[in-house]
Amino acid sequence: MNNSDTAWVLVATALVLLMTPALAFFYGGLVRKKNALNTMMMSVCALGFVGLAWALVGYSLAFGRGNAGVGDLSMAFLRGVGLAPQGTIPHLLFFAFQGTFAVITAALISGAIVERMRFGPYLAFLTLWSVVVYAPVAHWVWGGGWLAKLGALDFAGGTVVHVNAAAAALVVALMLKPRKDYARRAILPHNVPFTLLGAGLLWFGWFGFNAGSALAANGIAALAFANTMLAPMATLVVWTLVDLARTGRATAVGAATSIVVGLVAVTPAAGLVSPMSALLLGAVAALPSYFALLWRAGTRLDDSLDVVAAHGVGGTVGALATGVLAQKSWNGVADGLLFGNPRQLAIQAAGVLATIAFSAAGTFAIVKLLALFGVVRASARDEGLGLDVTQHGEEAYSRGEGAILVLPDAGASHGLPVAARALAETGAGSS
Amino acid sequence: MKLVVAIVRPEKLGDVLESLFRAEVRGLTLQRVQGHGGETEQVETYRGTTVKMELSDKVRLEIGVSDHFVEPTVNAILSAARTGEVGDGKVFVLPVEKVYRIRTGEEDQAAVTPVEEVAAT
Repeated sequence: MNNSDTAWVLVATALVLLMTPALAFFYGGLVRKKNALNTMMMSVCALGFVGLAWALVGYSLAFGRGNAGVGDLSMAFLRGVGLAPQGTIPHLLFFAFQGTFAVITAALISGAIVERMRFGPYLAFLTLWSVVVYAPVAHWVWGGGWLAKLGALDFAGGTVVHVNAAAAALVVALMLKPRKDYARRAILPHNVPFTLLGAGLLWFGWFGFNAGSALAANGIAALAFANTMLAPMATLVVWTLVDLARTGRATAVGAATSIVVGLVAVTPAAGLVSPMSALLLGAVAALPSYFALLWRAGTRLDDSLDVVAAHGVGGTVGALATGVLAQKSWNGVADGLLFGNPRQLAIQAAGVLATIAFSAAGTFAIVKLLALFGVVRASARDEGLGLDVTQHGEEAYSRGEGAILVLPDAGASHGLPVAARALAETGAGSS
Repeated sequence: MKLVVAIVRPEKLGDVLESLFRAEVRGLTLQRVQGHGGETEQVETYRGTTVKMELSDKVRLEIGVSDHFVEPTVNAILSAARTGEVGDGKVFVLPVEKVYRIRTGEEDQAAVTPVEEVAAT
C-alpha cells in the first residue's frame, strides 16, 4: 500500500466522476431546447443505474478471474472488495475508480440517440449494456482477458471506452432510425455555451481519467497528465485551422468537438508515448474526425451528436497510433512500429476490430430484446412536443406563466375536477 | 387586402413555413405567444410542486395579402398546421384599411405584392 498513490487515485476518481455531468452539459447544449433535460438526464441517470449495476455484478464480470472472455461472479455484490491492497491502492478504491469509467462509457452512447428514445427503455438499455458489453470488454484489456495476454496497449480506455461506446452508438442509432425532422428541418444546438462548458469540464476530468490510469502518483502519471494536456491542444489548433481554411470561420461547436476528439485520441496512448508524439497524435487525429463529421451529416445515419466521428474514429486513430508511437524508453512496457515493433500495430488493430464486432452484436441483441417488451422509440407526437415535457414532465426553461398550482384537494375546494384528475393520473409516482 | 392571423403549434411551425413558401407567400411576421384553446393541460412536477400549464406555447403568424392570395394562404396554413387534436390553433382573416411599404411609400395592393411581381408587370 502506498499513501501517495492512494491520495492521487482518490482525487482522480472524483475527477472522472465529474466527466459524466460534464458530458450532460456537452450533449445538452447541442440539442433543441425542448429536449435539453431529456438529453442531460441520459447522462445523469447513468451515474445511478450503471453505478449500481457495476457494484452488484459489473465489476466482478470485468475484474473477476473468470476466463479469457469474461470475469466471473466471485466479487459480485462487492464480495471480498475491501481495504486490502490491489497493487498499491486499496481494492475498494480501484473498484470505485473503474466504476466511474463504466458510467461515462455507457453515457457516451446516448449522444447517438437523443431526441427520440423513450426514457424507460433507455434506462434498461444503459444498464444492460454496461453489464453485457462493457464489463467483458474491460475484462479483455484490463481484467487479464485475451487482449491483455496478446499484449494490446490501451492505457486509459481508447478501445474499451471510446471505440466500444461508438460501435454501440452506431448500431443503436441505425436501429432507432433518424429523428423525424432529421435532414428535413434545421436542427440547431440550443445552447453552445453549455457545450463549451461541458468540453472544458470534460478536459478537467480527463486528467483523472488518463493520469489516474497510472494507478500511482509516479512518473507515468505525470507523462499521461502532460500528454492529456498536449494532444487536445494540437487537435484544437489543427481543427481551427482547417475550419478557417475551409470556411473562413472558426466555429465554437467545432472547438468544443476538437477538444473531445483530442482527448479521445490520446486516451489509449497517454502513458505510453512521448510528449512530442502526443502532440503529433493530437494534430493527426483532428483530420479523420473532422471529415467523418462532414461526411456523416450528409447521410441517413442520424448519429445525432456524432459519437461515431468523435469517439469511434478518434478512438481508433488513438488505438492504432499507440501501436505506432509507443516508446519503451518512456513507458517501460512496449515499443510501437516506429520504434521497431511492427507487431504492436497488428495487435492494436485486432483489439479495435474485436471490440467493434462484440459491441455491435451485443448492442443489437439488447435493443432487440427490449423491443420485445414494448416500444423503444418515442411517438411522433412526443417527438414533436419534445421529450422534456412528454418523458419527464418538466421544462428546461419554463417561464412559469400560466402555471396553476395543483393542490392535493384542489378538486374539492376549488371546483376543479380537471386538476384533481390530472393529479391522479400523473402525480402518483412523480413527487 | 386582408391580414391573415394564424395561431399554430410551435412544433408545426416548420411545416407551416414550408407550406407557405410552396404557396409563394413571401412576407410574414411571427411571434412566440402563449395561449389557451381548450386543450388538455400539461402537468409538470418540480420537487413535489405539481402545476398544470394552463397556457401552452404557440406561434402567431401575421401575413398581409392581396385578396386573391387569401385562399391559398389560408389553405396552406390549414393543411400544414393540422394534427387533428385539440390545440391545433386558429386562422383569422381581418380586413385591412391601408397598407404602406416603408421603403418605397407604395400603398395598398402594390405594398402587399411581392417585389418580383412588381418588376415583372
